[in-house]
Amino acid sequence: MNEPEITPDLIAAHGLKPDEYDRLVEIIGRVPSFTELGIFSAMWNEHCSYKSSKKWLRTLPTTGEQVICGPGENAGVVDIGDGQAVVFKMESHNHPSYIEPYQGAATGVGGILRDVFTMGARPVAAMNALSFGEVGHPKTRQLVHGVVEGVGGYGNCFGVPTVGGEVRFHPAYNGNCLVNAFAAGLADADKIFYSAASGVGMPVVYLGAKTGRDGVGGATMASAEFDDTIEEKRPTVQVGDPFTEKRLMEACLELMQTGAVISIQDMGAAGLTCSAVEMGDKGRLGIRLDLDKVPVREEHMTAYEMMLSESQERMLMVLNPEKEDVAKAVFDKWELDFAIVGETIPEDRFVIVHGGAVKADLPLSKLSSEAPEYDRPWVETPPAAPLGELPQIDAIEGLRALVGSPNHASKSWVYEQYDHMVMADTVRRPGLGGGAIRVHGTKKALVFTSDVTPRYVQANPYEGGKQAVAEAYRNLTAAGAKPLATTDNLNFGNPEKPEIMGQFVGALKGIGEACAALDMPIVSGNVSLYNETDGKAILPTPTIGAVGLLKNAKNLIGSRPEEGDLAVLLGAPGTHLGQSALIWELLGRAEGDAPAVDLKAERRHGVFLRNNRKLVNAATDLGDGGLALAAFEMAAAAGTGVTLEPATTEELFGEDQARYLLACSFDEAEELLVLAGGKGIPATVVGRFGGDTVSLGGATAPLADLLALYRDSFAATLG
Amino acid sequence: MRAAVIVFPGSNCDRDMAVALREVTGAETAMVWHGDSGLPDNIDIVGIPGGFSFGDYLRCGAIAANSPICRAVVDFAAKGGAVLGVCNGFQVLTETGLLPGALMRNANLKFICKPVELVVETADSLFTSGYEKGQRIEIPVAHHDGNYRADAELRAQLEAEDRIAFRYGTDINGADDRIAGVLSENRRVLGLMPHPERAVDPLHGGTDGVAMFRSLAASLVSA
Repeated sequence: MNEPEITPDLIAAHGLKPDEYDRLVEIIGRVPSFTELGIFSAMWNEHCSYKSSKKWLRTLPTTGEQVICGPGENAGVVDIGDGQAVVFKMESHNHPSYIEPYQGAATGVGGILRDVFTMGARPVAAMNALSFGEVGHPKTRQLVHGVVEGVGGYGNCFGVPTVGGEVRFHPAYNGNCLVNAFAAGLADADKIFYSAASGVGMPVVYLGAKTGRDGVGGATMASAEFDDTIEEKRPTVQVGDPFTEKRLMEACLELMQTGAVISIQDMGAAGLTCSAVEMGDKGRLGIRLDLDKVPVREEHMTAYEMMLSESQERMLMVLNPEKEDVAKAVFDKWELDFAIVGETIPEDRFVIVHGGAVKADLPLSKLSSEAPEYDRPWVETPPAAPLGELPQIDAIEGLRALVGSPNHASKSWVYEQYDHMVMADTVRRPGLGGGAIRVHGTKKALVFTSDVTPRYVQANPYEGGKQAVAEAYRNLTAAGAKPLATTDNLNFGNPEKPEIMGQFVGALKGIGEACAALDMPIVSGNVSLYNETDGKAILPTPTIGAVGLLKNAKNLIGSRPEEGDLAVLLGAPGTHLGQSALIWELLGRAEGDAPAVDLKAERRHGVFLRNNRKLVNAATDLGDGGLALAAFEMAAAAGTGVTLEPATTEELFGEDQARYLLACSFDEAEELLVLAGGKGIPATVVGRFGGDTVSLGGATAPLADLLALYRDSFAATLG
Repeated sequence: MRAAVIVFPGSNCDRDMAVALREVTGAETAMVWHGDSGLPDNIDIVGIPGGFSFGDYLRCGAIAANSPICRAVVDFAAKGGAVLGVCNGFQVLTETGLLPGALMRNANLKFICKPVELVVETADSLFTSGYEKGQRIEIPVAHHDGNYRADAELRAQLEAEDRIAFRYGTDINGADDRIAGVLSENRRVLGLMPHPERAVDPLHGGTDGVAMFRSLAASLVSA
């Protein structure tokens, strides 16, 4: 096949700016071939090169005693004691999910699972943070159904419990939904596998599903804004096969035990290109690939297509040649395609041969080291206008507005479509706060949470960024766990706009400060920019995924109070209604500043709760919806009523930070209050669980009515 | 008691079943690969676990039912061997013909994962002797194709022969007569959609599955 001529249009179609193309020509000293242009576009797009975000990502805290491996590998690795490690990451699959919700979401899950088991860890938990457009938008229902089924379809078959996540709706996501998939796995701390190749003349082995044309150009698509040609982009979405992924995982983990694997890298965005370059670059070696050896499932595929295909469930590894027979036996057992497709070479070259002809011959290390990096202009987000006058609000009406909205109603319609118990180690199911699993065969437990309040980040990126981390810290703490580390999935609009870049810079500053102050270093993450349609950006949504550890699963704090328990507010009374869920859901107003986050208070209150967990029957963090919603959710979990004494809208629905609601017996509460007093930590009895009504400072409604609304409104609107 | 748990490439509850067998009953439990043509010697019970045996993109369990090991399981059952099929294992058992009926897609066409109430319909089997007939227990389900179908004649026969082991407390997936689990004619093969192995530890949030494994241990004492 004749390769097309390199024209300005073709260059633009590959997402390369004219100055980026000039740089490319300068590096290789000639006009690139079509395949080479494709390789550069894959390596230099935003998705793979982080060219707009790198400068700011470097400012994040990524180290700590607990960190075994920070950002830069397929996933972060964190010590959990006894020679074990948890390996985790969160990654977006936003653009593909909007175009083809089922497959987009499914392959998002597949991609993140692969990142985890590539490092030698068996995936043991997953989460999903989903943001959709407003409920009434014509596309929303279809997206919700498709994405939820896709997440379930992949994770359920693969066999990983989906123990938590988030689902939100807001008009800003009408044209760009967000699908942020998290996965965590367990490994022995001294048996982590990395991507750096080593040794010259070592075989490069391709393992897994055959290569097709699906996803060609996917990473480039994910680095562009959407417009009305979006339906034409469907062929760039990949198709997932969780059964193959499951076999691929079992085969990889089995193979790793044999000592045959020198290095390994999964094929994700920009498939063969990114994975081969990554292995060569990290090992300071060149790579030569013979594409005639690549297992394909379509005829007449070109070098260009093979290098850019994003077919799923594929792995590239450098194998110890002495163990080839062992490796072959494992691949045969799991009935997976494999082939030696190339070798490591001493020269710093990336050589692609196809049909006897050299299709690309590039300086390998420069594909990543010389990738463009931008210091994009940015402007600070102006301070939010103060919150205007509010009408008189009936507390029960306020609570009804919250629990009747799919944003705050029970998400059981979603999580009951995910197998959250497979592996039989789930010890805290989804529904309220973080999900938890037992570390198989030990007493330990890991708690997982995913948090961000995009309205806050929009109003005040810095405080909003801090708040996302603080809320994750509280969710882990409320389950009794010690927060360990964090992964961030940074979803923003077009970084070429200074206001959007300003949101990014502000949010990262907040996230970085909070992670440092709360000792939750960032160990992995992903950036998704250009989440805009027709020039309209999403709410800035830096999703924080976090992991906490309990040395003994028996010390988990539950979420169900007992009848008669006192409701204890740990933290100060509520005052802040700016950007609150109440005024958004009840009045349709998004006004005022985000609540300020006092990181010292967060830490003080968190440590206090963890140290006194024996005095607590149940706990939850106070997030959006404030005291009233937290108390109702705890009551709903136990199927009992609740009476709160505070009566003002601020006290009931204020979203001040560093707060928890605890359920304690009378004696426990008494002891806890004395201890808190001694430490100067505010703690007050604000009510009592029990009965069959919900009573908020005098306004009362039957529990059964509110429960029905809470349990049914998600399915009623979207089911 | 000696147990064998069958492992298909897409099984994902094989470990869970083995853990429950070992921890509740102390059974010596062997994992047996689907490509093997025989079971280990002196096995008292075979477990067919949940999961997606061969991806199950078409009819769940249909390919698994034709695997070499399933021929051995059918022979084992024919000689009176005890077989427990959970979830995908139940689907496999109906595909092999060891159990009657078929499992179709859930009535709401969605995957369902939650603890559900079951009614123990018979205590007369080696799987259910530890329960009382009519007892209500809570066991989790997690399936996309758990809608048990049997025509009126078969249902009448199952009823008459006391072979319905469990019913759902309320309809969750459209199953005929809310049937959640059935026994073979000789009462030594049980298939059920709910996962008893996910309810054997207080940390699971419930322990109503323990009695099933204890029943087995009580009946199947190794020679």
